[in-house]
This record gives sequence, C-alpha cells and structure tokens, in this order.
Amino acid sequence: MAEHILLRHRDLPGLDRLEVYRKHGGFEPLRQTVTTQTPAQVIDLVKASGLRGRGGAGFPAGVKWSFLTPNVFPRYVVANADESEPGTFKDREILEQNPFQFLEGVAICAYAAQANLAYVYCRGEFWDLAQVLEDKLGEMRAAGFLGKKLFGTDYALDIRVHLGAGAYICGEETALLESLEGKLGQPRLRPPFPAAEGLYGKPTVINNVETLTNLPPIVSRGAAWYRSIGTEKSPGPKVFCLSGHIVRPGNYELPLGTTFRELIYTHGGGIPGGRRLKAIMPAGASSSILAATDAVLDTPMDYESVAALGSALGSASLILMDETVDMAWVVRKTTEFFKHESCGKCTPCREGTYWMLHLSERLTGDGRRPADAALLESVARGMQGKCLCALGEFSTTPVTTALERFRQEFPASAEGSA
Amino acid sequence: MSDVLVRVTIDGREISVPKGMLIVDAAKKLGIDIPVFCYHPKMKPVGMCRMCLVEVGRPQRDRATGQVVRNENGQPVMQFAGKLETACTTPVEDGWEIRVDSPLAREGRQQVVEFLLTSHPLDCPVCDKGGECPLQNQTMSQGAGTSRFPFDDKQHLAKKVLLGELIFLDRERCIQCARCVRFQEEIAGDPVIGFFERGRKLEIVTFSEPGFDSVFSGNTTDICPVGALTTADFRFGARPWEMNNAASICPHCPVGCNLTLNTRREAKSNGREVIKRVLPRQNEAVNELWICDKGRFGHHYASGPERLTRPMVRRDGVLVESSWDEALAHASDGLQAAHASLVGIVGGRASNEDLFNFRRLVEGLGGTAFLQSSMSGGEWVQKVGLGSSANLGHLGQGDAILVAASDLHQEAPLWWLRLKQAAERGATLTVLNARPTRLDAYATHVLRCAYGDTEAAMLGLANAVRARPELAKYPADAGVRASAAAMSSADRLVILFGQDGLDFGGTEAMARAGVALLTATGHAGKPDCGLVAVWPQGNVQGAWDVGVWPDPDRAREALSTAKSILIMAADPLGDDPAQAETLPAGCFLVVQELTMTETAKRADVVFPAQSFVEREGSFTSGERRVQRFYPAIRPLGDALPDFEILARIGRRSGLVLADTASEVLQAMAADLPDYAGISYQTLAQVEPQWPLAGGDDLYLGGTAYKNLQGVGTPLSSAAERGEPIAVNLMEPETARGRGTGVLLVPVTRLYDRGATLLPSTLLAQRLAQRAIILNPEEARRHSLSADEPGQVHLDGRAHSVTVRTDAAIPAGVALVPRSVGVPIEEPTRAELSRMPEPVTS
Repeated sequence: MAEHILLRHRDLPGLDRLEVYRKHGGFEPLRQTVTTQTPAQVIDLVKASGLRGRGGAGFPAGVKWSFLTPNVFPRYVVANADESEPGTFKDREILEQNPFQFLEGVAICAYAAQANLAYVYCRGEFWDLAQVLEDKLGEMRAAGFLGKKLFGTDYALDIRVHLGAGAYICGEETALLESLEGKLGQPRLRPPFPAAEGLYGKPTVINNVETLTNLPPIVSRGAAWYRSIGTEKSPGPKVFCLSGHIVRPGNYELPLGTTFRELIYTHGGGIPGGRRLKAIMPAGASSSILAATDAVLDTPMDYESVAALGSALGSASLILMDETVDMAWVVRKTTEFFKHESCGKCTPCREGTYWMLHLSERLTGDGRRPADAALLESVARGMQGKCLCALGEFSTTPVTTALERFRQEFPASAEGSA
Repeated sequence: MSDVLVRVTIDGREISVPKGMLIVDAAKKLGIDIPVFCYHPKMKPVGMCRMCLVEVGRPQRDRATGQVVRNENGQPVMQFAGKLETACTTPVEDGWEIRVDSPLAREGRQQVVEFLLTSHPLDCPVCDKGGECPLQNQTMSQGAGTSRFPFDDKQHLAKKVLLGELIFLDRERCIQCARCVRFQEEIAGDPVIGFFERGRKLEIVTFSEPGFDSVFSGNTTDICPVGALTTADFRFGARPWEMNNAASICPHCPVGCNLTLNTRREAKSNGREVIKRVLPRQNEAVNELWICDKGRFGHHYASGPERLTRPMVRRDGVLVESSWDEALAHASDGLQAAHASLVGIVGGRASNEDLFNFRRLVEGLGGTAFLQSSMSGGEWVQKVGLGSSANLGHLGQGDAILVAASDLHQEAPLWWLRLKQAAERGATLTVLNARPTRLDAYATHVLRCAYGDTEAAMLGLANAVRARPELAKYPADAGVRASAAAMSSADRLVILFGQDGLDFGGTEAMARAGVALLTATGHAGKPDCGLVAVWPQGNVQGAWDVGVWPDPDRAREALSTAKSILIMAADPLGDDPAQAETLPAGCFLVVQELTMTETAKRADVVFPAQSFVEREGSFTSGERRVQRFYPAIRPLGDALPDFEILARIGRRSGLVLADTASEVLQAMAADLPDYAGISYQTLAQVEPQWPLAGGDDLYLGGTAYKNLQGVGTPLSSAAERGEPIAVNLMEPETARGRGTGVLLVPVTRLYDRGATLLPSTLLAQRLAQRAIILNPEEARRHSLSADEPGQVHLDGRAHSVTVRTDAAIPAGVALVPRSVGVPIEEPTRAELSRMPEPVTS
C-alpha cells in the first residue's frame, strides 16, 4: 500500500505534534462533523463505510452505535486502549505516533453517540503513554478541539485518560467498564450490552483504538473511498502485527484481504534462516492455530476468509512459528498466559485454565502420563461453550486446535487413546 | 415481574409463568430443581458459577414473516442453540422448551462440578456444611463420581481466615460464587467484604474495621453454598443431621423474626440439650430469609450457666434455695397482704401468656400492673396499626414511609433492611430525626430537627398535610412540605416512630401526630398502611394489647408507697441502682427472673423462670403479628414458665388462672376482642412462601429455612374494622429540655449491655461502650478530650464514662447508649466534667 491511512505518521514525520497534524488537515473532519452533520448522519456514514471493529470481533461499528438506547443520557464513549493480546502492538504505535488522529476519531464517535464525555482506557503498562495522551488532550483543549461550545455549536466534549491496573481481562469491554468504574475487573453478564447499560449503567459505545483512528479519514474522504480499500465485507485498511519467526517483525498497514503469503513473505521478509513456516497464530494468544499450508498461506486475511479456515482474524496479530517450535510448548505457553490472566469469575475458566496448565506442564515435562493429551483435550472441550466471557473460550482454542492439527506432536496421546 | 403469562415446557411438562421469570424459578414452580451455586432468588443473577446449564429451545421463526414455523403436525419447530445456557440468567419467553435432564445438559453440569472440585478440598467429613451442602448434594446428583484431577496436586490455602471475630473463611472450600459479597452489597447495604486478586487466587477479604462490620453478617454463612463461611458460634459445633429443629421467634426487638433453633444433646453439657445455632425461618411478611446478628448470636443468655434453676426465699436476711411449695406459700402470703398497695412491674420481653396472667394476678389481688417502658403510643398502634395484611415487602413505587425519632438500623435491623428495600423499589422515604442515621442514605427527604423539637417537627408535618389553625405555629420548610405532599398522594403510608430524644410524653405526642397524619391523608385503616412503634423490647406491643401499660410517673408513685411488689422479666434496680433507695423499707418483693439480677438480689422470693427456648408462648410484633414459639430444649432445673408461676401463686391466693400456654391464649382470645379466634392452631398455620426455600432441593444452602410451624396472625386495626378514630394532638411542653448543662440523650444500640446480650461473649467486642458521644466542639466546651475519661453528673451522682466525639452530633447534646450503666431512660439535663485528678497524699 502506497499511502498509510492509519500509520500516517510513517509518511508524515512529526504527526504527533498538533501543528503538523493540523497542517495536514487534522481536526477538519471533526469540525466538519460537528458543524454540518447530525449524529444520525455520522452513524449512517460509518455504516455505509462498512467499518468493522478492529479489536477482534469485527462487529460493524456503525451498527453497534445505532444500538444505543434512545433518549437515555448521559452517554459515554470509551476507547479501548487496553492492548494486551500477546503479539499485538498496533494500537501502541498509533497512540505513540499518530495520537491526534485517534483522539479526533474518539471525538467524532462521541459526537455521533451524543456523548459529552469520553474515556481512553489504557492498559496499566501504558502509564508513560497515558501521560503523553493527557498532554495531547491538554493541547486539544487549548486549541478548542475539546470543551464547551465546540466550534461554536452547543456540543460539549471532554476526553479523559484512565489507566488500568494491569489485567488482560480488562480488554474485554464489560470488564473494562467495571475497572473504569473503580471496581474489580471482571466481565459483566451480557445482555444488557454496553449500548444499553454500559459505563455507570448508561448507554456506552466502546471501540478499539484502531477502529476509532479510521474515522477521520472516513469523514474526510467518504464511505465510497473507504470501501474501495479491502474486500466487500471487510473494507478498509488494517494494521497487521507480525511477530515470532519472521525476518522483519513489526506493524504493516495493508488492505483487509491481503493474503497471509503476501504479508509474511513480501512484507515481512519471510522466515529467518530459510526455515519452514509451521504454524500461524493469526490473533495472538487467542488464536485457533493454523498449520501453515499453501491453502492457508493463499487465504486472504479478512474476517470471513480466516473464519472459513476454522480460525479467526481477531486483532490480526500474527505470531509465526517455524519448524523448530514444539506445539506442546506453545500450548503450555498460551495456557500459562490465560491461567495467569483468568479473572476467576466463572468456574470453567478459573478452574479449567489451571487444570489445562497443570496438564500441559506435565506434557512438556518429565511426569507425562499416557492419557494426558486426551485428558487435556477433554478438559478444554469441557470448558467450551460454558464460560462467562470470551477469555475462557479463547483459552481453549490454541489447545484444541494444536491437538487437532498437530496431533503427531503429542505422542503420548497415541498411547493414551489407543 | 410482568402480569403477562407465558407458557413454557420444561422436561416435557408445561407451565404458565409470568413473562420475565427466570428459567430456574419457572422450573422450581414445577418442582424441578436446577442446581445453582451463585444464584440466589433474593439477589440479581450473575451467571458466574455456570452450574445451572440447560438446553433452551426457541420456536423457529420465519425470517420474512416473523411467524412461528410449524411442522406437519402443526407443532412449532424448536431451535436448540448448540450452546448450553444458564437457567439463572435467562428469562423465559412464550413457547420455549427447556431441557434440564437431557444428556447434553447433564454432561455440561457434570463438567462444571468437576471443575469446581479440582479446587475443592473434599473435606466433607470434617466440614460444618457437610450434610446440608449444595456442593455435596450436587456432586452426588450431578457429578461424575470419580476425579480425573490428581488429589496430590490440590492447592492448599488457609483454613481459618478471620473475616471478623464472628465469621470465619475457609479459603480452600470457597467456590467464589460471590453470594456473600453480593448479599452484603445488594441486601445488607454494608459492602464490607469483596474479592481480592484474580483467577484461582481470588479470595474473600474484608476491608472494614472491625472486620466484617455488618449486623447482617451471619446471613452470609446461611447462603454460602459450601462450608467456606462459618460462624464463630457454630464452627465445628455439630453435624446438621445430629440436630433437632424448633421453631421460634426472636425476642430481642419488635420485628419478631422467625427463627429455627438447632439443638443437640451433648456429652460436654452432661447430656443436656443445648442450642447449637440460630437460623432464620422463612416468613416473607416478616424477615424473609434473614435475621440480624443479635438474633443469631445473642441466644446464650437463654440457656447459660447464669440461669436460676431453683426457687429462693430470704431467710435470716439471706436468699437461699427452697422448695416450690415454700416459695409459693411465702410469695402468695406476701402479695395477698398488700391489697391495693400491691404493685406489679413487668418487662417487655415477657410473652403474651405471661403478661396476661400477670395482669390477672396483680389486678385480681387488688393491685396495679405496670409495664416498665419509657415509650408510649401502643394504644394508637392498636387503633391504626398496619392491620391484617401487614407486609413491609409490599411497599414500593407510589408508597410513602415516614421513620421518625428512630435509629432503625440499631433498633430493629430487619425493618431497616426492609424499608431500605422499599425505598430501592421506589417508595418515598422520609427520615425525621435529630441526628443522622444509617437510613438517611436511602431517604428521599431527610428532615433534621433539634433535640427537643422532634414533636414540633412532626406537628409541622401534620400541619403541612392538613392545615390546622392550632398547628400554624409549627413551621414547615420546603422539605417538610415535599414530604407531606408525598404522603398525601401516596397509595400507601406507613409511619414508624421511636423514642430517640423523646420522653414518655413525647412518644405519646409522636404517636398521636402519626395517627393524625394517617387519618388526614386518608390512609388510616387501608391495607399495608398504619402506625408502627419501634419498641425497645420484643413484646411491648403484646403488653399494650393485654392491657399492661406503662406509666412511669404513676408507677414511681405507686412503688414509693407499695407494701408488696411483684416484678417479672424486669430489672429496675439494675437499670437504676438509685431506685433501691426509693423503695419503701420493709416492702415485700417477689421477682420472677432468668438470672440473679440486682432486683432479684433484693427480693424476698425469687422464682426461676424459663426462657423462650424452653417453653411455648407467643409474642406480638411491632407490626401486631401474633407469632408462636415452641420449646427447643428441656427446662433448666426447676424453672417454670412465667405464666405458670403466676398461675401457681394465683391458686394459693384463691385466683384461678390458666396454667398451660394454650389455655392462657384461649383465655386471652376470649377476653381481648383483637385476639378473638386466635389459638395455637391458627398461629401454626403456614402460607405459601416465594421464593421456595428449604427442603431436600438443591436451590438454597442451609437447613431449616422452610416455615412449617406457622407464619403467625396479623391483628386487624380498629381503623381497618371501620371504627372511628379520634385523636387529640399533644403540644410539646416548651419547658422541657431547657436548663443548664448538656441534654443527655439515651440512644439504643443494637449490641447493648443488657442481661440478654452480655452472656453472648462472642459479641463482647461489639457491645455498646460506657461512653458519651458528643460533638468535638461541645467536648471542648466542657474541657473534655476524645477517648479520655469524663464524668456525667446526674441527680447528684457522678458517672464515669469515656468521651467519644462525632461531628454529626448536634451541639448542646451528649448521647449515651442505654444499658451501659448511666441510668437514664429519657433525655435529661446533665453536667459534664473532666475526670477529677487522682488525689495524691
């Protein structure tokens, strides 16, 4: 892709400075939105653009906004900057280097949602970044891009930064809201969804940083332009995070629908040492692990195509694993992560992640027993469909897909199930 | 819940239930127990434990028309999601088909049980909950029977964590269902415990000082679905199956919570039956499923070693044990000799049967019987009480509640809890008091008046409801007018009044003003409307109903010339030692008591009375619900029930009094129109309760919740029966409360230092202190320092106290808890001073 839309700072050095951002048209989309559009028009525009949530679920943003309970105020907008998925580091680059485009996106979303207060919820480890964002917000207030009577209208908006305490679960939107309210970060029962009862029980829009960063260009260049990028059902650009066994790890902004092969071999420079790529986790630790077959490599990375492979695009954080990687080790590592991050609210996740870790440690250690792999699979399947939130469900997918697609790497299972 | 009914099929059986009812409750109605841990019907569902997984089938609808798709037989085609759903969070919709006992649902629940048990110590053989444990039951009914998790790898956690000195946590047993945390937050309004950490490290912690600082804390041990939370009273006390149940009524306050007493014979008590624990007994009209910690832990006095077990007579100036015959002969001779100079004093913890025979005996011998109480108004409660449909649980949106001159949280905790809930359901709550109380937080209108002006403030409300020229001098500010407007337009109006800052006459004035409010707003006699007195003791209303009324001035006068005195269930000399000097020299004193009180020590004859756990009887609650209690343990020694002692004295004095409880109640029913038709049979009747609790199901933890022994009978009020209600308002005495010094105001503390609580050593740390509480400014004015000793000078006597300061207490006032040894029953002027320096010689 010639032009960066989300990682625009890569084309325009110094874009994190307000005057540079303004020189390149910054805050014009917000001004245009607030002074000439109704909130409903903004929602229609975003619906027309086909923008889908970049946090992982890929839910159409405009549709989500239209679920806000009518006539209930105040409303809130929350930007989910709790970027915690292992292998995901796209939001961080946007926040660090293109912060104004993101914050302008938050403001446009807030206007569309008729919210007068928006929060940016940053993961606890972003404490330095949160400080920078506070400074940027101060500059915006001074320049009149936040505050009362925005652009001379009656619309008032403020944005505040909130720092989490270091929990992966707080990236789950309802746990994030609990944390933002000062409570223990545990997911809520849904329904009610945040659009009906969100922050402090009020209608709330929660979107990922990258999703919101798409808004200023959509406003300035229109839905048709946006739809010209990507695929029909998954339009727009996407920041792909490449990590693991790859020559050039990092963020790559490409249209949705770019194939795995193009991303990995053309942009990422392939696998170091010319080794064979064995497996791909396309959505960080929450992945259903794909065997890197030719069919997989030639699959376009959009929400539908990756789902058709029996996986999910998620946050598009590709962790690449070459032939030297032991899949049982991968299972242990991911399970360790989920066990550590399980909030403990629901039984299957709290107990299941612990049990899975116990078994995967035994599988990769000395005390391996013949039936362990089969038992591990049974425990993971026992968790599926029973957890309160997606974390618990996600914790099982690397396990079950590794066992399913790389069964030969769990030799004990053959003995056990024989 | 909606009035619209929907039809659903659960395991092939159809039922119509209100739309919006949760699957778990709808199943319960059919007698199908869906196992739950985190769900509790009194709390918002959270769907955390995932135990209640079921298959839900929804009628398939045509996408284009929205019509239900039907098969060739005309039956709706059901669509089952691939995923199991939680029955505790899913409200039913019309036409749904739910499968509880299907292979898929059974497998799902079996997996959840298996997950829970990976963390569980399986120490059922030594666990307090073993035998009544939902986890144990569900492991048996839903579990696999074998474990795939190696027992050696179980985590080991602290087995005894003191959340406070009353409630202990076993961290290994906890299944993190959050019932306790949610109870404290949603129901008790005391969010003093919570979760800390995450994942398997998740643990219950307390963040109050003292730990688990809530008067409702014991309820969490009932609803804990495992043995994680136990009480200091019962921990390792007994196995559930060893214990017997007896239905009882809590005697401590006018709420009249329904109790179950669990008892067991014990070797360490010489084979005697002892009370092992006190549990709530479901009565949705009174205490729902809850009791306060005073009721739960404050039972030891009833069967403790302090109890009197033999009659005693004074011989050569010394009280010595005697036979019943000797004591009865001596007592009846002495009492008969007095004629009109016989005075009876009885306390408000005596049962109806005791009170009735007391009055019959004292009046039959020509004497006068008084209730020992510094609060008036019971006559008005008879006239415009809550009536025969009384249930504070009915109050909500559109209703108004006034709580005046009472610190309800301390005086009647379950009423506090139920009024808090009524306010949360939308009732307009007004709190009128001279100092802040815990109820203020839930009130729409908080009306603050100065001590001494409470009656005036109440009259101001009455004037705002309906203007009367004689009340024009009582001002009504905007808050009073708004509150009055809410009362006038309310569907239902309930008024509770206490005695905070009031003397005897003041409480009478409050009661009358309350009657005026009810009549002026047209609420008198309407269902669920009326006047409730927050009595300082459990059966004060019963005393009023029986006709034993308080009159402190006349009682004092009568005592000063008495020749003989009969005192039952009261300790006037303990309450105020100075009174001993006012008793006429040589007067004959007979005392019926549980323990050797100060009054008993002075007596010529002392009769050992049975406590409420050893005998039958009935109490009449503040809401005027007559409720029956049953014997739980065998009587101690030779103790007899008070009514029987009275009957025996009567027999020797030529008076025929009924001497069994049921016969006394029969006599009462014949004598008192309000009690006509009431018998132990009618009091034993039960009504269907919702939510369904108790029994062998897997729905709620704990035993003995179910009410099988009677929900009691609410009495009708005169207004309800259409009798005319006329009330003369009393104007406050303007002179009262003036003078020098501070106004010393007695206040009621839940954990008082009365004879019925002191023996419960568990509560020792929480008992009211011998202290005065006053504004820091006021303390400075008297050269007093916080937490230092000081003196209160009353009637020429100095009482040493600790000085506590609280900025919320108005100036010119010092609060002193009742029962701590500063003998005041009514607000009194008193001088304060520093503790004199010790004299060194």
